[in-house]
Amino acid sequence: MARPKEQLVVIGNGMAGCRAIEEVLKRDPDRYEITVFGAEPRVNYDRIMLSPVLAGEKRFEDIILNDIGWYREHAITLHAGRAVTAIDREQRLVHADGGLAAAYDQLILATGSDPVRLPLPGIELPGVVTFRDLDDVEAMTAAAAKGGRAVVIGGGLLGLEAAAGLAKQGMGVTVVHLMDVLMERQLDSAASFLLGRALAERGVETIVGAQSQAVVAEDGKIAGLRLQDGRLLPCDLLVMAVGIRPNAALAAAAGLVVNRGVVVDDRMRTSDPSIHAVGECIEHRGATYGLVAPIWDMCRVAAQALTDEPTAGFSPPAIGTRLKVTGVDVFSAGEFNGGDGYEDLVFRDAGRGVYRRVVLKGGKVAGTVLFGEAADGPWYLDLMRSGAEIADIRPTLVFGQAISESLRGVDPKAAVAAMADTAEICGCNGVCKGAITGAIAAQSLDSLDGVRAVTKASASCGSCTPLVEQLLALTLGDGFRQATGPKPMCKCTHHTHETVRARIVGEALKSIPEVMQVLEWTTPDGCASCRPALNYYLLCAWPGEYLDDQQSRFINERVHANIQKDGTYSVVPRMWGGITTAAELRAIADVADRFAVPMVKVTGGQRIDLFGIKKEDLPAVWEILGKAGMVSGHAYGKALRTVKTCVGSEWCRFGTQDSTGLGVKLERATWGTWTPHKFKMAVSGCPRNCAEATIKDFGIVCVDSGYELHVGGNGGIHVRVTDLLAKVATEEEAMEWAFAFMQLYREEARYLERTAPWIERVGLGFVKEQLEDDTARQAFAARFLHSQTFSQSDPWAERVQGVEAHEFRPLASTMAAE
Amino acid sequence: MDIGAPQDVPLRGARRITTAGGDIAVFRAGDGAIFALRDLCPHKKGPLSQGIVHGHSVTCPLHGWVIDLASGSPTGSDAGKACTPTVPVLIENGRIFIPVAS
Repeated sequence: MARPKEQLVVIGNGMAGCRAIEEVLKRDPDRYEITVFGAEPRVNYDRIMLSPVLAGEKRFEDIILNDIGWYREHAITLHAGRAVTAIDREQRLVHADGGLAAAYDQLILATGSDPVRLPLPGIELPGVVTFRDLDDVEAMTAAAAKGGRAVVIGGGLLGLEAAAGLAKQGMGVTVVHLMDVLMERQLDSAASFLLGRALAERGVETIVGAQSQAVVAEDGKIAGLRLQDGRLLPCDLLVMAVGIRPNAALAAAAGLVVNRGVVVDDRMRTSDPSIHAVGECIEHRGATYGLVAPIWDMCRVAAQALTDEPTAGFSPPAIGTRLKVTGVDVFSAGEFNGGDGYEDLVFRDAGRGVYRRVVLKGGKVAGTVLFGEAADGPWYLDLMRSGAEIADIRPTLVFGQAISESLRGVDPKAAVAAMADTAEICGCNGVCKGAITGAIAAQSLDSLDGVRAVTKASASCGSCTPLVEQLLALTLGDGFRQATGPKPMCKCTHHTHETVRARIVGEALKSIPEVMQVLEWTTPDGCASCRPALNYYLLCAWPGEYLDDQQSRFINERVHANIQKDGTYSVVPRMWGGITTAAELRAIADVADRFAVPMVKVTGGQRIDLFGIKKEDLPAVWEILGKAGMVSGHAYGKALRTVKTCVGSEWCRFGTQDSTGLGVKLERATWGTWTPHKFKMAVSGCPRNCAEATIKDFGIVCVDSGYELHVGGNGGIHVRVTDLLAKVATEEEAMEWAFAFMQLYREEARYLERTAPWIERVGLGFVKEQLEDDTARQAFAARFLHSQTFSQSDPWAERVQGVEAHEFRPLASTMAAE
Repeated sequence: MDIGAPQDVPLRGARRITTAGGDIAVFRAGDGAIFALRDLCPHKKGPLSQGIVHGHSVTCPLHGWVIDLASGSPTGSDAGKACTPTVPVLIENGRIFIPVAS
């Protein structure tokens, strides 16, 4: 006679609850009589696969995990559609809808989670749904059948899958994401950029860094979503996918210890020893879970505890995440979040839209992000979990398993020697070993550049350069010397400034992440040298279109003042042509008094510099100066600085033309422009040249018959006197030449190259050739003036109005406020 | 002390915390990682919070030293020289905490 079975009651007929039952049955099929309560009126299905159901790629029947036969076979009582209302721990009774009650010896809580609904005005309108269960999917499918537009709030895994599914069903979809990076818990900004692009191709628009404000209604129905920046996104369906919250209300009402979730120990036991909890409703050591792999582990541990099997307890494993959008291959695992000694290995293949990043710590794999080619994801995850030493495969690790394993532990040179002639060396251009060694022998090549020119091997992303060099060394022996090619922009790329600029324009690249991907940058987000350069090149190429990246600017250009050695700033308001007024000087004196400015100095550019201003005081200083009509002098920028003038024909007995008047006109027309390096001008009224125009980037020397135009001067470390570019008869012509010359410099010079070294490098002949033709010169001048229409707003006035306010305020302070 | 949410710090940027014992710089790297250091370059005490953030490094605005955000040590040709003291950071429930009395 068997002893009576113990009663096991499971609250939650979802993936975790049923998995826990399976794990118990596997271990001791006869021990318990099992009862399951489920709030949804259906059998257990694979919630993860709701995305393919929404996309129309699977039907509900395809994603059922446990059909009704399974419940019967194991004599499990299923109360589907019966929500549990209370747990009576004293009587060990579970109460459910409709007066149902069940007694338990052991209870498993698997109540899952609820989707978070943002408390937006209008959230209760019909047409606002979450993405959690089959009812949601059915609501979305019904809406999609009518066509129209959908907005998804939340650019995480779930939100993007919902968006892709709705787009596949024929809706126009926009995803609104609060963070700057899509799926920020899994992806870095490089992969996020690629993902945004791939989604755009599938009809999903993504807006990052956007905060939702209200749901807008029309005739009692949803009409759109308003963002905090005022934009209105019209839509017929609004999907909320901003995260989940553990469903712990029942446990809390029963008096169990509940924090964010139901608190469990390593054996998944709650504060009541006869109640276990698994799945998304739990909180273990402060962490909650929403992905399936760790939840399977919880179910195993709980079942071990319930069948008296020894258990090592739950310890959250490293897990990988994949986005389930057909045709978009994304994988992510492990940590990206700092600590000592992290290193990045990055590989990009622009042709195939591939981005691979492997994060190393202490000689082991700590994380990975793969985009466009994710087959190696599980291999990296495996290396991570096993803590394998990767020193011997490090050089090839980022290329994936096949290449790394085949070369493991082999001397690199011997490995290259041992490769078959048909082995592919350059993946970008499809060049095999035999083609390279053949070309070296047949054409007597002795340098990397020679091989690149003839075979194209290593001429694209450059990541196989070491292999090609080894082939040269192997084939030529001592005859090979490592050649130095054209100097790359920085260590993040092998491309030169010229190549990068040409491709930005030629391939219409319009953001820093896009440039980095297409040009196969070797770091995830560049360095302090290439980022400001790229920001400038993009700004110059796409005026009015490119959004300036503040975080890629040097501090002076970010806060529009000059940082000094003690961390304070200096402020130089613009004085057009060096002319000022009593009112302006009074405002400057007011600032000096009010902020106890330690030093006020006249600059070499004919204006006044206020030193020792604290960063947080900058907006208040600018406000005072602005009220007196003054604007930023850009004394801090790679930009037009000053136009220095002498008094000219208006006052000077030697003056031949109105040099001050022309100087003011020039400054009014050119201020605000960004240039590769600082740009200074001067206008002298006669050849005595009191404004020192012949050591300026662009200097005008007035003569009786007109204006001499000088370029490429410099008064810095290497004093350089200007070259005479042209002589013109009228002010209008002088201005046109100035605009055209500035634009030529803006388009041609490398970032941080002054006009003097630039002209030495390209030759005055080149500059003349470009500008002497009237049509060409007018085109340059027109491009300059076009870009000026977007750059002449005073950055100081904008910041007084609150733009970039975070720059000027500490995030927090422990000191008493003044 | 709770100093704010990670998104209060610009991505690839930094914010300052002013304390009686000197400023602390809180950084958010491009991958979202949060770091905190004393706001002092070991070279000439430049304010690191004002530098350009790239990878897990910041370039000092004064003389271009590159400081590793995790360890506070200079990198590249300045490696091995004095370090910037690091400040432990705890991220919990979407808030950043640093061990400073408020």
